[in-house]
Amino acid sequence: MKKSKPFVHLILIIGSFAMLLPFFWMLITSLKSPQEILQFPPTLFPKKIMWHNYYDAFTAQPFFRYFLNTIFIAIATTIGQLFFAALAAFAFTFMDFPWKNTLFFILLGTMMIPQQALLIPDYIILAKLGWIDTFNSLIVPWLASVFSIFLLRQFFMTLPKELYDAAKIDGCSKFRFFWSIILPLSVPPMITAGIFTFLGSWNSFLWPLMVTNSQNMRTIQVGLAYFSQESGTQWELLMAAATFCILPLIIGYFFAQKQFIEGVARSGMKD
Amino acid sequence: MIKKKKSWFKNKELDAYLYIAPAFTILMTFHVLPIFLALYVSFQKWDLMSDPKFVGLANYKAMLTKSEFYSSLWNTIFYVIGSVPGGILIALLIAMLLNSKIKGLSWYRTIYFIPVITSINAVAIVWKWIYHGKYGLLNYIIGFIGIPPQDWLQDPRWAMPAIILMSVWKVLGYNVVIFLAGLQNIPTHLYEAARIDGANAWQQFRNITWPLLSPITYFILIMSTISSFQVFSQVYMMTPNGGPLGKTTVIVFYIYEYGFKRYKFGYASALAFILFLIILAMTFLQKIFIEKKVHYS
Repeated sequence: MKKSKPFVHLILIIGSFAMLLPFFWMLITSLKSPQEILQFPPTLFPKKIMWHNYYDAFTAQPFFRYFLNTIFIAIATTIGQLFFAALAAFAFTFMDFPWKNTLFFILLGTMMIPQQALLIPDYIILAKLGWIDTFNSLIVPWLASVFSIFLLRQFFMTLPKELYDAAKIDGCSKFRFFWSIILPLSVPPMITAGIFTFLGSWNSFLWPLMVTNSQNMRTIQVGLAYFSQESGTQWELLMAAATFCILPLIIGYFFAQKQFIEGVARSGMKD
Repeated sequence: MIKKKKSWFKNKELDAYLYIAPAFTILMTFHVLPIFLALYVSFQKWDLMSDPKFVGLANYKAMLTKSEFYSSLWNTIFYVIGSVPGGILIALLIAMLLNSKIKGLSWYRTIYFIPVITSINAVAIVWKWIYHGKYGLLNYIIGFIGIPPQDWLQDPRWAMPAIILMSVWKVLGYNVVIFLAGLQNIPTHLYEAARIDGANAWQQFRNITWPLLSPITYFILIMSTISSFQVFSQVYMMTPNGGPLGKTTVIVFYIYEYGFKRYKFGYASALAFILFLIILAMTFLQKIFIEKKVHYS
């Protein structure tokens, strides 16, 4: 076992290199001049560092607006979804009501429906509601997530049921119990669920592509797609745009790495 | 759940419905009813200009006569077969290497996970540049081992494999982390006992690791297959026209084309409903398998 370790490291390092190479290449390209881009064999480091590419890319499209849209949508979706998920998970864990198990079963069943099959009918529904090209269409449909409900319910089930009974006997209203006892206790699973919601919202593409028309409503992902189609050959600008789209995620990742990785690791453990 | 003592609030917690109502309303409106709406619309001829008109099974019949439909199905299956099994094997291999009590485990794990959190659109642009036929990094690298440059995304032979490679790279870390968690759950005394009995590395893998990991392998296999059937973003970003000779036109891309470029809602809904049935069938396969093979305490 011990002997094989340099070999193990060698493979893992080659793998790590392959993982990071595209990002390295993105950064390097983003700092090259348009002339240097068109050299083959390519230069491994830019001869002259062109920071200006970032400014040019950022202003080539209203990326500032795209960022604001994306941040607003992601935060609103995350907060709303966590709140509604916690409410539902609370009822399913602590309360006893008719059709409880049936409803929970239906809830789990909805996970089987693939999102991509819903695009056309959802578009029709949103059009009927008059929500096309509004924030409503980008946020409201994502305020409910079975995954978040399930995750929070798993956590609530570990809390002692006596808490609920005691609170009721003391005359604490259910909502107050939920708000001031359950919610503060569930910060860790909320963070896990929240990270996935936020990331999913930030990275979602086909949905905002479908439900928005005007430039003002575009998210970063949609903006990036349009930018790529409109300036398909200005690779240094495209790489700069890709960099500033990814950067917030990478920074966030290094702060909340543990939650990211543990959240994923746990997802394989359940059902 | 066991029946609670009914002294208090006997059968009366009807306010529970208020708590589940917001989530339920949204799920029903946007994630359940639409599938029935898709079925309904699939029997209509409907474009943006005219009112829907009932046409029976005409959309499904049209689908079955179009070679585009079969090729989009085939392209999707090619993508799934090309990306899922290979991706899982590489992930398992890396997870096992990481699990061999090496130094720097968390560093490696962090690095392998980075592509997972990044936006598929952004990395798709980066890979498009790497695959560039004239100035791409990939052609430069393979030049060292004497392989002539290829125009990866413009070549009907290579466009889909290029997208597959990029996709495997993107999700590898996700599967590594799930496999690693599974491997760390296998009690080490099993391996110690096997070593005492003289089992070699392959026998240990075959008789301990593989069977104990099988629920997780199966979980990853099904989840990856389902999500791979829905591939869209990287295809749209890297080959916006559906690829050379349509070689990267996958099902969702085809739905998108008909739904949002040509506004043939009826036909696109029929396609969407078929996609739904395919994925539903796979989910049921998973249920059957899990009930057979996996035991829960």
